[in-house]
Formats: sequence, structure tokens, C-alpha cells
Amino acid sequence: MSTTVLPKPPTAAPPAISPRQLSAALPGALRGLDPRRLRDSPVMFVVEVGAAFTTVLAILEPSAFAWSITVWLWLTVVFATLAESVAEGRGKAQAASLRATQRETTERKVVGADTTEVPSSSLRVGDVVVVVAGETIPGDGDVIEGVASVDESAITGESAPVIRESGGDRSAVTGGTVVLSDRIVVRITAPAGHTFVDRMIALVEGSERQKTPNEVALNVLLTTLTIVFLLAVVTLQPFAVYSGAPQTLVVLVALLVCLIPTTIGALLSAIGIAGMDRLVRRNVLAMSGRAVEAAGDVDVLLLDKTGTITLGNRQAADLLPAAGIAPEALADAAQLSSMADETPEGRSVLVLVKERFGLRERHDLAGAELVPFAARTRMSGVDLPGRRVRKGAAAAVTEWVRSTGGHASDDVAATVDAISASGGTPLVVAEQHADGPARVLGVIHLKDVVKDGMRERFDALRAMGIRTVMVTGDNPLTAKAIGDEAGVDDVLAEATPEDKLALIRREQEGGRLVAMAGDGTNDAPALAQADVGVAMNTGTSAAKEAGNMVDLDSNPTKLLEIVEIGKQLLITRGALTTFSVANDVAKYFAILPAMFVVAFPQLGVLNVMHLTSPQSAILSAVVFNALVIVALLPLALRGVRYTPASASALLRRNLLVYGLGGIIAPFLGIKLIDLLVTALGMS
Amino acid sequence: MSTTWTAVGQIAIVVLVLAVAHRPLGDYLFRTLTSPRHLAVERLGYRVMRVDPDAEQRWSTYLLSVLGFSLASVLVLFGLGRLQDRLPLDLGMAPLDPAGAWNTAVSFVTNTNWQWYSGEAAAGHLFQMAGLAVQNFVSAAVGIAVLAALARGFARHGTDSRVGNFWADLVRVTVRVLLPLAFVAALALVAGGVIQNLGAHTEITTLAGGTQSALGGPVASQEAIKELGTNGGGFFNANSAHPFENPTPWTNALEVVLLLLLPFSLPRTFGRMVGDRRQGWAILAAMSTLWVAAVGLLTWAELAGPGLVPGTAGGAMEGKEVRFGEAASALFAASTTMTSTGAVNSMHDSLTAPGGGVALVGMLLGEVSPGGVGSGLYGMVVLIVVAVFLAGLMVGRTPEYLGKKIGRQEITLVALSVLTMPAVVLVGSAIAVSVPAGLAGQLQGGPHGLSEILYAFASAGNNNGSAFAGLTAGTPFYNTLLGLAMLVGRFVPIALVLALAGLLASQRKVPEGAGTLPTHTPLFVGLLVTVTLVVVGLTFVPVLSLGPVVESLS
Repeated sequence: MSTTVLPKPPTAAPPAISPRQLSAALPGALRGLDPRRLRDSPVMFVVEVGAAFTTVLAILEPSAFAWSITVWLWLTVVFATLAESVAEGRGKAQAASLRATQRETTERKVVGADTTEVPSSSLRVGDVVVVVAGETIPGDGDVIEGVASVDESAITGESAPVIRESGGDRSAVTGGTVVLSDRIVVRITAPAGHTFVDRMIALVEGSERQKTPNEVALNVLLTTLTIVFLLAVVTLQPFAVYSGAPQTLVVLVALLVCLIPTTIGALLSAIGIAGMDRLVRRNVLAMSGRAVEAAGDVDVLLLDKTGTITLGNRQAADLLPAAGIAPEALADAAQLSSMADETPEGRSVLVLVKERFGLRERHDLAGAELVPFAARTRMSGVDLPGRRVRKGAAAAVTEWVRSTGGHASDDVAATVDAISASGGTPLVVAEQHADGPARVLGVIHLKDVVKDGMRERFDALRAMGIRTVMVTGDNPLTAKAIGDEAGVDDVLAEATPEDKLALIRREQEGGRLVAMAGDGTNDAPALAQADVGVAMNTGTSAAKEAGNMVDLDSNPTKLLEIVEIGKQLLITRGALTTFSVANDVAKYFAILPAMFVVAFPQLGVLNVMHLTSPQSAILSAVVFNALVIVALLPLALRGVRYTPASASALLRRNLLVYGLGGIIAPFLGIKLIDLLVTALGMS
Repeated sequence: MSTTWTAVGQIAIVVLVLAVAHRPLGDYLFRTLTSPRHLAVERLGYRVMRVDPDAEQRWSTYLLSVLGFSLASVLVLFGLGRLQDRLPLDLGMAPLDPAGAWNTAVSFVTNTNWQWYSGEAAAGHLFQMAGLAVQNFVSAAVGIAVLAALARGFARHGTDSRVGNFWADLVRVTVRVLLPLAFVAALALVAGGVIQNLGAHTEITTLAGGTQSALGGPVASQEAIKELGTNGGGFFNANSAHPFENPTPWTNALEVVLLLLLPFSLPRTFGRMVGDRRQGWAILAAMSTLWVAAVGLLTWAELAGPGLVPGTAGGAMEGKEVRFGEAASALFAASTTMTSTGAVNSMHDSLTAPGGGVALVGMLLGEVSPGGVGSGLYGMVVLIVVAVFLAGLMVGRTPEYLGKKIGRQEITLVALSVLTMPAVVLVGSAIAVSVPAGLAGQLQGGPHGLSEILYAFASAGNNNGSAFAGLTAGTPFYNTLLGLAMLVGRFVPIALVLALAGLLASQRKVPEGAGTLPTHTPLFVGLLVTVTLVVVGLTFVPVLSLGPVVESLS
């Protein structure tokens, strides 16, 4: 795991649709015209039936108008299937590279004390295989023996190898990844065809896409609108006949298609596929669309402190000299004592003295003997000729000073206590010249460093109505200090896995949705209980099974982006539905006067767009209706712009843009198309 | 300018009275629907009906009770109509024909009160009092009962979909609310000059010297509940244009207040039942916006509307009572069509083309602003759910209203409910203009004839009951078809709303957070009004363009 600072979405703006993409999607689009495949989208099904109907009519009574309408109705359907096909196509390339990892290989299966060679496809759950450097791991499993570096770039895109070892939280290996060094024994945990890579392929191709709850609900509403307008148009003919202005069936079909919500109907599944695609682009695999939608509804975020809110390790933040000691002297000793300290904390001391005091790497250490940190002494340091420097936990160093006959001054003890009280960790630095009594030089203040920008992000989440809870094993005092600095709403200190689970249950009983990230086996119950459980790819297979998403980058901060993607998905659907319905106002002004102006000339005043002729007006509305699908496809794929804000502010903005915009845009669009149609002499 | 000021003054008085009265009345309704205590007279009623008023019903049982009660009511009315010549107080009236009896029975049970007959020429006193007047009370009570069940659906959570007891709701609303209010209102009307007796025909000599046979009767008592229960079925054919029903401008203003009183008070009740008064205010605001717009438009159309006659005469007086004038007629017309009352104090057929269009659209919006007692509000809640669904998606959360998530099942019920009325109105009108039996009833053809037929089905499908006149609807064809329209328009939404109530009552509550879309803000009210106009209105634009729109542009 190499991420330490918040990664910005690497592909915030996915590439625009290229002509090549379109042509690649065309075969899929034409296959999509199969009525059986359109049944899932009642709106587009009605359009296709209408198009087929006008085709027959145009053949029976050919006219330029009937054929123009027919062609554009078919184009409307094709644009819809094309949208879906383009959305699916974006995952196809990724699926192909994933498939390449699924080669048939010969594996050494462990049977009793021996190994036999078997084809990889014959492996079953529970089988144990040996994989050595240079070989591909045949399936998902747990390392039960050995440690190896593994190249997982095929699935994560991250070229740096990762360590996989038996036991602990890094035991899971994924089929299709390559062992670079050493030898491991793997127990297979997933049957062929149901491995992680299989699921990934299905996911990125969208082949197993199931409609999410809100999508289903929206489809119900769209179907209802379709039925309402079907009724309105079917019953219009008797009224028209009564009024002495019977309409041709071509015109009625054109009116129907313009009124039913074709824009959203055509783009609905593309929006869903693109939403999953956006997650995949951020290296997150959602096992169900339901989880993505739930992410948009999340009320509480449980975030682990370490690695999510703070940088992975504590860092030296300050040097506090003891009374009568020059800061430079303390810095010098601190640097010396940290030379042997390979821990991140030790390195952070070197960084601090370099920044504060300009102390660079030293080359004057001839005869120096490094004393590495030992659990027994709880100190590290260096022995120079005639001088010994030590650094370590306050109690350990004080004890060492006493043992040499020295004593720690009271002000040092006070400093140590103050640092502890503030949630930091004090490291005491002492030195001994020759065999004299050692003396304390001062204290290094180690503290958790909150990642940049966390407070702003939590503020944004709060504006969205999401509460953040920091989970840490620290004591309550330390936890609260860091929580306050990071700006979280609540902290869960001294947390055990059971505490986490209990907290999730408590929130859920209050009707709230909870999201969390985790990697360890002991996180599995909580991951399973959470509404959105994001497992780290570095984690155990138990965790990955329990969660409903896996983050291939193993970056817990991703939760924030997942929430935003979930919301964006819903907003895009809602915005385009509003746009689609609002469009109808202008279409009425185009089509109704055109239909009845002959019988009732006074209706001509409703032709506010001054469209050239009744036929050009109807054709223009149909053409606009078809083209708006193509025009909005990039938006459907990209998602509506989303900035965290209160619900009212979001609604106001989207109503203004997509509601009011949806009323105005077609007036301009239809007028423009009418001018073109007229210029081309098609009317 | 004086007529304009009269109009403004009348509207101001009505608004003022409603503004003062809706809070205490809404609170009183809240207590009525939620109190655990029973009155002695109510206990007696429960014993007679053999029901346990404290037994909570699931939505399905509640619905069966509504349907059973309504079916029994239809049968009783049908019997009274068919047999009235053999019953006392018949005034020598002939029995109603089967189609007519069916139509009238359905009409009064569904709170529509569409009248194909002339009250004074077809209905005896017993039929009027024991049949029609009783239904005026209980059909209104049924509407409030269904609303109460829906409110409980929102207020309760995690129950096994129990939404109250229909019999308790029915009896309480009748005994504690409708009867006392109607009693007081009837006294006020009598004081204002409305007649109340059991008299038969009286020969009177008119100013012109001719003789006329005038029918007396228990008019004031029926008039009170006719308006209060948003029923609208007049004792006389001329309805509230008849001087015995509505003699003076004062009784006219009182009647307008009465028919708006309960529909405008119920949002308060709803808000208190769901535990958030602000929601009640928001609904009230949306309803008021549409009502004020309709009153304003209709008043404008009648005072200064297009056409030669209003221009020269200073207003369109045809079909209006001189004692009320254009403004009071317009106020009445807008209020009666927006409340599903359907009483009239002028002939809507004679409204100006845009004025008639407003009256028609008032009904076609689904009678939600403020709509009939109970039915207007539950209809509005259905539209709120649609608005919340769209808005919820646009703020990136699973839509929720009053702490209840709007998922697939909820939106299905709501969508079907929204679909019902347009289906009834459009299909019914389309059949009527396509068959000779339908066209035979027309007084005149052309766009106005279309408006008449559309108006009849809009009135029936929305349980309004007002007539455009002009259309001879007393034929077996219209009686049967309009009866069906009333039945479907009333009970299909009731069934769906009660199913929704049950579904909501079994849901867990989602706590309100900063991410929850507030549904009490002006922004949401604006969205709700737009959804009402667009979602419902767009359906009727094509047919309206051939009727009132063509007429208005002539």
C-alpha cells in the first residue's frame, strides 16, 4: 500500500466518446434492437413498436414525411441501444485483459505428502497447490505456508509487487496474479468460474448487471408515464375525429414517441453501467449495484484512524529541550540516536532535525556502534567513543539515566506528562559522557499526523448529512485529541472488532445506513453487517467475502469517493428524468398546433416557435427527441456534476439546470432543426 | 372598478375566515381521530354494528370495511330510489329507472353527487333525507377515514401494517365533526333565509302575475352538509343558484366558506398526526397556491375575459344569478371545482371559454387543491410522493417522505393511483364522442360540445359532481358510464392509498438528517405545484386543446 495522501480521482473526466468507440459499439447496438432485449425498458419498447408500425404505414402509403418520421423513430431506438452498447464497451477492453490471466496451466497439487501435476481447471475448493517464482497462481485462495512477493498488476494496475504470507491479514491471493519470488502453498477457496477475476469480468462487462432498487422504482414511474401518454394519444383520435380533424397514424405515433420519456428511457441503463464503470476506474469493485446505491444513502461512515485519517505512523512533531539544554544539542543527540532506528518514527526524527536545524546525514561517525531498538530495553541509540546517546520510552530512558547515577529533572517529567495528555507519544533523549552520570537532554514529541484536507472533506460530508466516526485502538484521550484535530463527528476509542459490530448494529437499529472499510479477518463480521463494506484488496479472503466492495488500491479513504459516486448515480437519473418530462411542454407547442391548425386556424397562435409547416414541426420534434439522446449520452456516462452540499441546495441547482433547462432547451432545439429541415427542403 | 373590488373583498373575507378557522378545526379533527375515548352515543353505535372500535385493522381489513360499507350504502340507495313510490313522503314521485337509480346511488356514495335528475322533480323527501342526506355525511366521513389511515401509515413504524379502525373513524368523524358543524351551519343558513320544512308544493303568484308551483323541504339541513362534506348534490336542480338554497350574497359567502372549510383544515390535522406541523403548512401552501390561482383566473375571465359580451356588458352575466354577480359566481365556481364539491351557483356551461376551462382544469388536476374532504389531501400526498421521488433522486438519496423510504412497491401504488383518473376521464370521454348514444346528449356540437362531454367525465372521474349543463346526461348510456367512472375514480385510489398506508406502517423510520430533503420549504412547495400541473396536466393538454383552448382562441 503506497498511498499516503488523498489521491484525487485519477480519471475524473473519462475520455470523450471517440468515433472508434461508436463504431465498435454499433454491432452491440443493433443486437439490442431485438424486442426481447428491449422488454426491460418499456419506454423504448413502445418506441420500437411505434417505429415498426410506421414502417408498415410508410410502405403501404409512401410519402417523404412518413419515411422521414419512420427513419427518425428507428434512429431513436438505435440511439438508445447504442448508448447502452457504448457504456458496456468501456468495460470490454478491461475484461479482455482480465481474461488473458485465465490461462490453462499445469499445477502441482499437494496430495498427502506428495504433489501431482494437474490442469488448473480441475482444481476444486479445498485443494492445496504449490506455486513458485515465475508461476501464475491458479485460483483465489489463502497462503497456508511461506511468504512471497506477488505481482498483482493484472488486476490492480499497480506495478509494485506486494507481499503475501501465511497467517495474518495478508494471506489472500488472487487467481491470475504472478509469484515473483519464493515459494508459497495456497489453499484454493473459490471454485473455477466464480473467482474474483470472473466476478470482475462480469462486472466490467455489465453482463450480470441487475437493476438496482431505485432504478427499478424509476422504471415503474417511467412505465406509468408511458401508459398515461399512450392513453392520451390513443384517446386523442376519437376526439380528433369528433372535431373533424382526424390524424394520420404516423402523426399519432410521432406524438406518442415525443411525449413518453424517451430521453431517460434510452439512457437509464447506460447511466447504471457507467456508474459501475466509474467505480472500476477508481479500482473499486462493487459486488452488487445495490451496494453502490446504498453508498449514496449512507448516514454514518466508520473510518479507521490509522491509514485513513492519519498517515500510517506517528511522526516527530517537536523537540522540547530540558532546562538548560540548547535546542541544537538536543537535535544533535536526537539525530544520533535515530541513526539506528529504522522505524518510520525514527526516520521522522531525522526529517524533523533536517528541516528545523539543517542537520544533514553525518559522515563523522567513525567508530560508532549503533544500538538498535530492542523490546527488552525499549531504547535505541548509538555508542560513540566516549559518548553514549539513547532515545526511547520515557520510563525506559529515565531508568537508564538513574542506573548511571544521573537523574531526570522535574521539568522533563512535566513535559512528558503534557505530551501524553495531549494524545502524543513522548520519546526521551539522554546522553552519557564517558562513564559519568547520564543526563536527559529533552523530549521528542511524536504525534499522529492527520492527512491534508481531511477536515474539509469531513465538513463536506457533514453538509451532505453524513456523520463520520473515527475508530481506533487508542485510549479515549488520544482518540479525542486526534478526532478533534481531524474534525470527525465522533470517535470510538479502544475499539475491539466486537465494539465496531455493536456500533454498526446500534446505528442500523436507528434506521441509519453505515459504511466502513476493513481488511482483517476480525473485521469480517462488521464488514458483513455494514450496508456498505469496503474490503481492502490486501486483506484476508474472509474480509473480501464479507464486504460488498473491494478496493484494489487498498485505500480506505476511497469510501468518500464511493459515497459520491453513489449519489452521482441517483442524481444523474433524477436530473435526466426531470429533463425528459420538462421537454414535453415545448413538444406540445410544436406538435399540437401542427396537428389541428387546419381544422382550427386559431390554434396557429400556439405555434410560438413559428415553425415552417405542420409537417416540418412534427418532424423537428421527432428529430430533436432522437438527437437529445445522443447529446446527453456523454453526460449520462460522465454523471451529473456533483459537489457536496445540502439537499435543498442540490435540489435548487438541479431543478434550475435540468427542470428549467429542460423546458427551454427544446424550444431552441426544435426551432433550429425546423430551420434546417426547411433549408433542406424536406418539408 | 367596483366589481373588481367586490371580487377582491369577497375573496378576502373567505380567506380571512378560513385562516382563522383552519387551525382550531384541524386540531379538533386531530383530537377526534387520535383520542382513545369513546362517547356514549358512539358506543351504542358500535354495539349495534357489532364492532370493536379499539381493534386495530390491517390495511386490507380496513379496505374491506370501506368497500363493504360502501356496497351496502349503494344497495340501500338503489333500493330507496327504485321503491320510493311505495315509501312514505314520496310526494308522488315515480321510482327511478334502474340506470338512474344506479347512477344516483353510486354518485352519492362516492361523494360525487352528480345529479342527472332534477331534485324537485324526481326525489321524494324520504329519499332525500334517509338516502342522499345520510350519504352526504358518511361519504365525507369515509374520505377523512382513509386520510387518517394514510397519516397513521406515515406516523407508525415497524407495525404489522395496522392503520386504525374504519368503523371508529367513520362514526367519530360523523358524530363529533360533521353532525355538530352541519347543525350550526344549517342554523346559520336558516338565519340567512334558506328554507327548512317538510312542506309539499306551494302555489305562488309571481311578480309577473303567473302562477308557479314551488317545492319546500328540509333544504337548510341538506345544504349545510352538501357544502361541508364537499358533496354538492342540490336539493333543487338549480342547486346553489336556487333562491331557497342560497338566497343572498351572505349565504353565498357562507356556503363558499363551508365547502372550503374541511379540505383546508385537514392539512393541519395531517401535520399533527405525522408529528410535524410544518408538513401540514407546506401542503396547505401548495393547495392554497393552486386555489388562489384558479380563483384569480376564473374571476378575471368572467369580469374581463375575451369575447364581445363581457367587453360591452362589463362582465359575462349569462347563466349567473343577478343577486351574486360575476365575481361571487367565479369564486364559487373555482371553489366548487377545486374541492370536488360540485355545487354550483351559476351555470358552468355559460362561463366564458377560459373560465370554463379553468373550472375544467381545476377538476382535471385530480381534485387536490384542496380537493374533497379527505380525498383531496390523500390525493395530494400521492402527488407529494411523486415529487419526493423525483427530488430525492436529484439530491442523490433514496427518496423518502416523513421518514419513510419510497421504493419500488410504494412508487408502484402511487403511480397506479395517479394513472387511474386520467384513464377514467380520457377513456370515458373518448367512448362518449365515438358512439351515437354519447353524441345524442349534446346540446351543441363543436369544441363546446367536446368540453361538455369532457367536463362530465372529469366531474365523475374526480368525484366532483358539478355539471357543465348543456349535456343531457340522464340517459341510460351516460348514467351507466358515468356511474362506472365515479366508482373507479373513487375506490381504486382508495384501495391503492390504503395499501400504501399499510406498506408505510410496516416500514421502519429513517431518521431525519442534514442529507434529508426537507419537504416543508417553499422550494419543495413550488416543486409540488409544478408536479401537480405537469404530471397531471400534461395528460390532458391534447384534448383540452380541442375543447376550451380552441373556444378561448375563437
